[in-house]
Amino acid sequence: MSLATKSVLAPVETAAEAKTFVRIQSVDKTYSARGRALKAVDNVSLDLREGEFVSIVGPSGCGKSTLMMMVAGLVPVSAGHIVIDGKRITKPYSDVGVIFQRDALLEWRSVLNNILLQIDVRRLARRDYEAKARELLGRVGLAGFENYHPWELSGGMRQRVALCRGLIHDPAMVLLDEPFGALDALTREQMNLDLQRIWLETRKTMLFITHSIWEAIFLADRVVVMSPRPGRIASVIDIDLPRPRRLAIRETKQFGAYAAQIREQFQAFGLLNEG
Amino acid sequence: MSSADTAATAEVTEPSRVNTYLYPTMTALFLILIWEGVTRAGYVSPLILPAPSVILAVSMQKLPLLLQMGGVTALEFLLGFLLSLAVGVPLGALVVYSRPIELAFYPLLVAFQTLPKAAIAPIFIVWLGTGLTSKVLIAFSIAFFPILIDTVVGLRSAQPETIHLLRSMGGTPFQVFWYVRLPNALPAIFAGLKVASTLAVVGAIVGEFVSSDRGLGYLVLVANGELDTPMVFACVLMLTILGIVFYFLIEILEKLSVRWHVSARQGVGGH
Repeated sequence: MSLATKSVLAPVETAAEAKTFVRIQSVDKTYSARGRALKAVDNVSLDLREGEFVSIVGPSGCGKSTLMMMVAGLVPVSAGHIVIDGKRITKPYSDVGVIFQRDALLEWRSVLNNILLQIDVRRLARRDYEAKARELLGRVGLAGFENYHPWELSGGMRQRVALCRGLIHDPAMVLLDEPFGALDALTREQMNLDLQRIWLETRKTMLFITHSIWEAIFLADRVVVMSPRPGRIASVIDIDLPRPRRLAIRETKQFGAYAAQIREQFQAFGLLNEG
Repeated sequence: MSSADTAATAEVTEPSRVNTYLYPTMTALFLILIWEGVTRAGYVSPLILPAPSVILAVSMQKLPLLLQMGGVTALEFLLGFLLSLAVGVPLGALVVYSRPIELAFYPLLVAFQTLPKAAIAPIFIVWLGTGLTSKVLIAFSIAFFPILIDTVVGLRSAQPETIHLLRSMGGTPFQVFWYVRLPNALPAIFAGLKVASTLAVVGAIVGEFVSSDRGLGYLVLVANGELDTPMVFACVLMLTILGIVFYFLIEILEKLSVRWHVSARQGVGGH
């Protein structure tokens, strides 16, 4: 593999930086739709460092969700490869917590049992995780809701439960596919603050898919901008803002500059037309 | 869906629950009273339509016979129903999980469904004799299809995200079935069971009509031949009671096992 020669050439650099946890190498994804080949993801290469928070922002249908599914090993790559923690992904990667836009809670399980589904499926001992599940619920403001059922909760509360379910087994990585896309603006801001806090406390490698420029910048160490289909990486922007970030950071000059930079990309794609 | 509707449910539930039973009972009593009045006034010959009081009197008088024959019929439709359940659900799972089986069998099963089972009931008798087995199989042949269809629909209705989620947990196909697909399909399966429960009763009666020497269907034919209309109605009453009890047993089972489902949530739009 070409990766080997690269690391031999630059051993000092790799040692000094945080370890690369995910390596996405020249990945393509082609679907066949109505007899035609449809390229969803085109030659994407991206590294995620251990403990890094990376946002991917792009228009609808740009393949960003497909990219995440490929990282999770839930969708096979058509070309290229993905390596996580030194292992090439060929089947679902399980040291991960996945959070979707639809919370995917099981309606017939209580809040606590929804979180412990992660434990049940992994055949781990429930008793070792029940206390942690309660603690996680408390941390997202849902203490006392253990025995509620999903249909008794609001959309924001449901997504918090999904977040707890994604964290209970202490995964190395968390993948979030537009997790707050269906929430109202106010709840969404709160969820952003909560997620930032969880990330600061746990420092897990997080890959966050969104089409909100604001959300992408607010949460991330790096924002990856993707082009419309076929999805390519248009640019990668380092977000150099101090943490913990407060909502008011949006009004700062620096934040505005980042947002403008991404918006200009979108305009260049012809996605935004201000007339 | 907001957390606010939980609080409201408690107040709505109580009166609407009483009304669920109160209104239809009152309607039924009213209709029976009219029926009684019309027949007592002599507008209708008791040979055509006996008074409810007469039917009730005959039912009481012939209760041991009705219970005995009812027991025979109940055994037929219960076994037919259980066989439908035992075949319909696993077959539905096979159709969902195996593309070859779906391709090879599903169209045939749908075609079989269009066959009028009452018309082939005599063949079942020829094949299996006039005893219990033929009745059970006729009941099964009518009742199993809705269970199969609803199982297929229910198993297929799981959200793709949920299945992805299980796989990211390292879940096996069996775990996906057990934790997601099957519980998710239960409301649909129960809908199928309810339809099947009434169809199984029809199947058992059809079987008895074609050929038998016991059961409520047989009793109806005998009473009808003797122009004993009150007895025919007494049989129908007994059958109705059996059918209702059977239906409610399934409904209770449903309430216990799918309490989480939209249709079972108390008070939410339930008035």
